[in-house]
Amino acid sequence: MTAESDKHGAPQIEKDPVTGTDTTGHEWDGIRELNTPLPRWWLYIFYATIVVAIVYWVLMPAWPGLHGATTGVLHQSDRANVEVEVGKLKAMRATETAALGGSSLQQIVHDPALQRYALSLGAATFGENCAACHGQSGTGSKGYANLRDDVWLWGGSLEQIQQTILHGVRSGDPEARLSQMPSFGRDAILKPEQVSDLTEYVVHLSHRPADAAAVARAEPLFKDNCATCHGPAGLGDQSRGAPNLTDAEWLYGSDRQSIHDQIWNGRGGVMPAWGKRLDPNTIKALAVYVYVNSGGQ
Amino acid sequence: MTAIDSRTGETSGAAKWLLIFAGVGALVALLGAAFAHDTPFQTACFIGLSAFILGAAILTIGIANNSFRIDQTYYQDGVIRAGVIASLFWGVVGMLVGVVIASQLAWPSLFYIPGQEWLNFGRIRPVHTSAVIFAFGGNVLLATSFYVVQRTCKARLFGDMLPWFVFWGYQLFIVLAATGYVTGVTQGKEYAEPEWYTDLWLTIVWVAYLIVFLGTLWKRKEPHIYVANWFFLAFIVTIAVLHITNNLAMPVSLLGSKSYGAFAGVQESLIQWWYGHNAVGFFLTVPFLAIMYYFIPKRAERPIYSYQLSIIHFWALSFIYIWAGPHHLLYTALPQWAQTLGVTFSIMLWMPSWGGMINGLMTLSGAWDKLRTDPVIRMMVMALAFYGMSTFEGPVLAIREVNALSHYTDWTIGHVHSGALGWVGFISFGALYCMVPWLWKKKAMYSNALIEWHFWIATIGILLYIVSMWVSGITEGLMWREYTRQGFLAHTFVESVSAKHIEYVVRMFGGLLYLSGVLIMVFNVWKTIRSPQLSITTSTTPTIISPTGNAATATVLPAATA
Repeated sequence: MTAESDKHGAPQIEKDPVTGTDTTGHEWDGIRELNTPLPRWWLYIFYATIVVAIVYWVLMPAWPGLHGATTGVLHQSDRANVEVEVGKLKAMRATETAALGGSSLQQIVHDPALQRYALSLGAATFGENCAACHGQSGTGSKGYANLRDDVWLWGGSLEQIQQTILHGVRSGDPEARLSQMPSFGRDAILKPEQVSDLTEYVVHLSHRPADAAAVARAEPLFKDNCATCHGPAGLGDQSRGAPNLTDAEWLYGSDRQSIHDQIWNGRGGVMPAWGKRLDPNTIKALAVYVYVNSGGQ
Repeated sequence: MTAIDSRTGETSGAAKWLLIFAGVGALVALLGAAFAHDTPFQTACFIGLSAFILGAAILTIGIANNSFRIDQTYYQDGVIRAGVIASLFWGVVGMLVGVVIASQLAWPSLFYIPGQEWLNFGRIRPVHTSAVIFAFGGNVLLATSFYVVQRTCKARLFGDMLPWFVFWGYQLFIVLAATGYVTGVTQGKEYAEPEWYTDLWLTIVWVAYLIVFLGTLWKRKEPHIYVANWFFLAFIVTIAVLHITNNLAMPVSLLGSKSYGAFAGVQESLIQWWYGHNAVGFFLTVPFLAIMYYFIPKRAERPIYSYQLSIIHFWALSFIYIWAGPHHLLYTALPQWAQTLGVTFSIMLWMPSWGGMINGLMTLSGAWDKLRTDPVIRMMVMALAFYGMSTFEGPVLAIREVNALSHYTDWTIGHVHSGALGWVGFISFGALYCMVPWLWKKKAMYSNALIEWHFWIATIGILLYIVSMWVSGITEGLMWREYTRQGFLAHTFVESVSAKHIEYVVRMFGGLLYLSGVLIMVFNVWKTIRSPQLSITTSTTPTIISPTGNAATATVLPAATA
């Protein structure tokens, strides 16, 4: 069976009994090779793919030269195609774009057709830009405001919402919404036990059972440290972004530990100034979208 | 170093040179550690220092006891046995990390531990890709190429102890790369994440690998070079070119981990995907075809189907593959003419790729009955089936209109895994199942039934993996391109992510099955090596280089004919 080739002699070609094909006469570690010709179907499909490639080169931009590349007889260009598509889109939306640009926020909300358009634009924009923090449905999460309720940190009128979107919160924009709650515990403004007492006081403010003695001890502390922003009754102040402490909505959580952490650390989140990234019409639509979906204020 | 299996022979001449090299390496690593500008670089230097000191200690003891002996009448099999064990070790590590990151994609808060940033998906995803491609695949290739080149050249590996340097140097590269990833060191280039110092080390190791391989071919006792060796050589040479070009970079400091690449913008993208695609071509395809060309005819005991086909598809594959990279950059800033060339060369690649499949499958004519009885043959045939499928899917995905839907989706992930799990994995397992009894002088594997279990569990795992990725890829591709009548996106990105949760769970389960198969294999290999009752005294696979080489596998080189 072995077709051993002598190093100095001619290879010994044999016939493979199974296929009836000749071997090449070489052998490596017992492995031999048949001299089967190329399968025709394989060869013809290979040729066909080469023909397809050549046709494609003739039709499309393909081979580079010293001064640019061949453009192909179709003169196809992705860049030109994109410009045509974007042009078509702009033409299709021309009426709505003009109407959006020429109308005030109030007019948009009160014109059913324009409002519908603004909501479509707003929904798509919200999903790609805002949902990452505020959630797909805008209900927020710990540290990120819920935009579907009637509680507003910085005001819920159309103009106030537009202003917040345009300039952001603590974004570095000169007109950004800006406020900073002190870190009462971390910066040792108050003693740990005072922070604990204040926690009870805030629980008490939101109409929940609290340690009466602690509440009594914390009353002057609240007046001296918190009332400036949150108001003497803890009702908050939208002009400073100070939340109402008497309602059921909590940005950083309602349980004692969360309230304690907030007094201790004085956290404040950042929202980007979208005026730098989105065009004015899109921001208008976004403001309308947020306003209409929350019921506004 | 008892693993060097020369019981007789001359004292190794290279051991003292390697000792000097290790000494110099240790000194450089010590200086690097002492003056390092950042912690990751210092860590890398300490790892290098430990490796060099350990190497120097072993070399010193070995030289003192005169235990490094080179016998040219024996094949160098110790380094291959080490490669087999390393393959299995890194295979388990890489696939385990794969299951972890697949779980993280299905349940994002899983393994999310604040302060343990090394567990983040972004850090351990390259650990998975590098471990399975370069650590598992690379060690399989070191082991099989060293095995095949010796047997088909009837020559002991060239370079005295250089093959051992290649082996341990490559393991050091893997450890440097992986520890870099988890500490945040990366070039941000896919499959080329290691930073400049790790790249330089790999270059040294790779040149040594090329010298060993070329040297062995040079001193061969066969008149012709067997086809498997063409494929191995194409792999070693091309990977060297790709690795060096794509990693051209200027370090910020010779004492720090950060560097800046030589290319920028779209040029960088083009170089990166020229590299990235040919990592698939010349690392995951070409040398695994070499494995096919040796182990399938060997196991099936049939001649290779067509010598002519092997020549034509080898050269066609080599010349056409190198052009296909731009299909990763369709509809991007890459000039359109370059995109066209990427597309057309991908289409022309179809038949050259299939040439290997045809040659493998048709080699079985006359031995098809072995598919029923031999799960190892079945594994390698299944590998060729997946190879054929993914090398057809590849050109299809490269067509512009298909790519417009598939690009950036999980379809691509499914495609690469049908190639990686189906082709690379199965052909590697087949070769390892062949080599383990040959290398450890056993009659057969410990359990044929366990190979059957491995085959079926892994096959089901692959199918779950690729089908779930087809479904999720096409789902998200369709969602991303859906517009409302006014031209607004109908879905947000987040919606497309939550839409494929079930598919991600199925994918994770498929990966878990595949990993289970490998664990079964590890157990089977362990039992094979440790079972004295399986041992044979007269090997069917020669370890001595025999004059005729008729025996199925030899560990002894055939003596030169007078």
